[in-house]
Amino acid sequence: MKKRNKRMTDKLITFGIVIVAFIFCQIMISTGNMSRSLRGQLIPICVYIVMAVSLNLTVGISGELSLGHAGFMSVGAFSGIIAAMWMHKGIGVENQVLCLIFAIVAGGIFAGIAGVLIGIPVLRLRGDYLAIVTLAFGEIIRNVMNCIYISLDGQSLHFGFVNPNLPGKLLLNGPAGTTGIVKMSTFPMAFALVLLTLLVVLNLIDSRNGRAIMAIRDSRIAAESVGLQVTRYKMMAFVTSAVLAGMAGAIYGLNFSTVTAAKFKFDTSILVLVFVVMGGIGNIRGSVIAATLLTVLPELLRAFSDFRMLFYAILLILVMLVGNNPTLRSMVLRIIPRRKNQSQDGEVN
Amino acid sequence: MSIEKKATRLVPAPSYGLLPERDVNARPVLEARNLGIEFGGLHAVEDFNLVIGKTEIAGLIGPNGAGKTTVFNLLTKVYQPTMGTILVNGRDTVGMTTAQASKMGIARTFQNIRLFSNMSVEDNVRIGLHNQIRYGMFTGIFRLPAYWKCEQRMHERSMELLSIFDMQDLADHKAGSLPYGAQRRLEIVRALATNPCLLLLDEPAAGMNPHETEELMENIVKIRDSFKIAILLIEHDMKLVMGICEGICVLNYGKIIAKGTPEDIQNNPTVIEAYLGKRKEA
Repeated sequence: MKKRNKRMTDKLITFGIVIVAFIFCQIMISTGNMSRSLRGQLIPICVYIVMAVSLNLTVGISGELSLGHAGFMSVGAFSGIIAAMWMHKGIGVENQVLCLIFAIVAGGIFAGIAGVLIGIPVLRLRGDYLAIVTLAFGEIIRNVMNCIYISLDGQSLHFGFVNPNLPGKLLLNGPAGTTGIVKMSTFPMAFALVLLTLLVVLNLIDSRNGRAIMAIRDSRIAAESVGLQVTRYKMMAFVTSAVLAGMAGAIYGLNFSTVTAAKFKFDTSILVLVFVVMGGIGNIRGSVIAATLLTVLPELLRAFSDFRMLFYAILLILVMLVGNNPTLRSMVLRIIPRRKNQSQDGEVN
Repeated sequence: MSIEKKATRLVPAPSYGLLPERDVNARPVLEARNLGIEFGGLHAVEDFNLVIGKTEIAGLIGPNGAGKTTVFNLLTKVYQPTMGTILVNGRDTVGMTTAQASKMGIARTFQNIRLFSNMSVEDNVRIGLHNQIRYGMFTGIFRLPAYWKCEQRMHERSMELLSIFDMQDLADHKAGSLPYGAQRRLEIVRALATNPCLLLLDEPAAGMNPHETEELMENIVKIRDSFKIAILLIEHDMKLVMGICEGICVLNYGKIIAKGTPEDIQNNPTVIEAYLGKRKEA
């Protein structure tokens, strides 16, 4: 029971950090102390937190390196935008929050379907092969999105593949992306999605199914020998992760007036993977913090103008080096005794 | 689930038992008939016949590379046999996966320990209980009342199981950080958690000192008596094998060369030859 309590406190600390940060941001906004550029970053920060936490479910908890996470975000973004626009302009629902929720749900569902379809072939593979195939799927999704045209004519949607001549007003214009989006995303909604993601992922890890997922990561053969169906639980982790990424994509898409498929390219997948690795693979709270800092960082480095990305890269390397430096580590361990016990445990094996 | 739906077939068995007189009318827990596997052209195991009765402790011995672990992998369906039949409680296990074999009641430990080393001792046992105490994904995520009830039951049951080896105090430790002997014991507990009818132990005493081995022997008998299950073990420690096994099967080059009680085996010239080689004629 002692450990149960420790897990609970760990979870509460994570939620506490996020909620305090949210309240702090709201106060800053209402008192007008937040710069315009930073205010524009708030929704992307939330989106990237959701992306990082959900990717951590695949990479850290399930132990499968996935390089196509932006693909699910893209599916979620476009299906979310279409759903919201259809509801807003087609059916005429004025309430934007309702439209946004509908968009998030639609984004999650479509990304989940994509996750199942991709998961069936991909989860038969292991290790590097799996990573390569997910990478390929991410690119396939991007290229397919470049060829899809969707228009809204009254209440009905028209779909065209490589054919832009559709009746009504084009919502999704192939490579030119979506046009005429009503920006519906709000910071509180994005924050609510962060809370939902943390709730789902943290509670999943600490439940029967989450233990099965981690057991399969630790030893596939042993997991099978105690009766776990490997494919089922890998699929569970993969699809949950895809659904959350799709929801994040919907919020992300409705935050801009135009979104093109090129926004969700390989770089975005790698960026999210960087968040996960920086925050610590399998460490959910770390993902939250890393996603926040690394999204804000390029903005803060604006002063270096052209050398911005150079400094970003150097900082990344420095953090990696410092994080793995034994001298610094032992210094930190001396300050925080609780972590010391854990690391000694680690040294035994 | 699919196992239940499959037509079961009860096959009258000629006695391949180690102790046929003991379970003469009872249906055996495990019956392997003409079992064999071929890797390329290599017959790793050939014509393997074995019957294990309920609550029997059987031993599988043989020199290194004789195919003992391969037999375990065949019984647990890690490898699909290329010949022969495996019946568990009279049901054919043909085409089953390892997970399905586990649901049929075959549990095992591994020669080189395979614990979920990043997870706690208790969680390792809880994973063994995975198919015993179940609730859905949404119950787990949204912490419905069933979650708390099932987790509580899992906790109680895993403590009960850990108490077999007096390991309750270690419940919160990371499994990978346990000493070697305790890891072996934890593997047995995890296997027992799956509620098996047949427990396969692959070298349970490897790396244990004589005192620990002694304790392990007592515990194996205790487990058999309290869980009423059959146990098949691979072991090189002859003191343990001769001490607790009621029937012994000797394997060499993938073939059974002798079967019988410990006394029979000790005096069997073929077995002595397999282990020590032929005496040179003067």
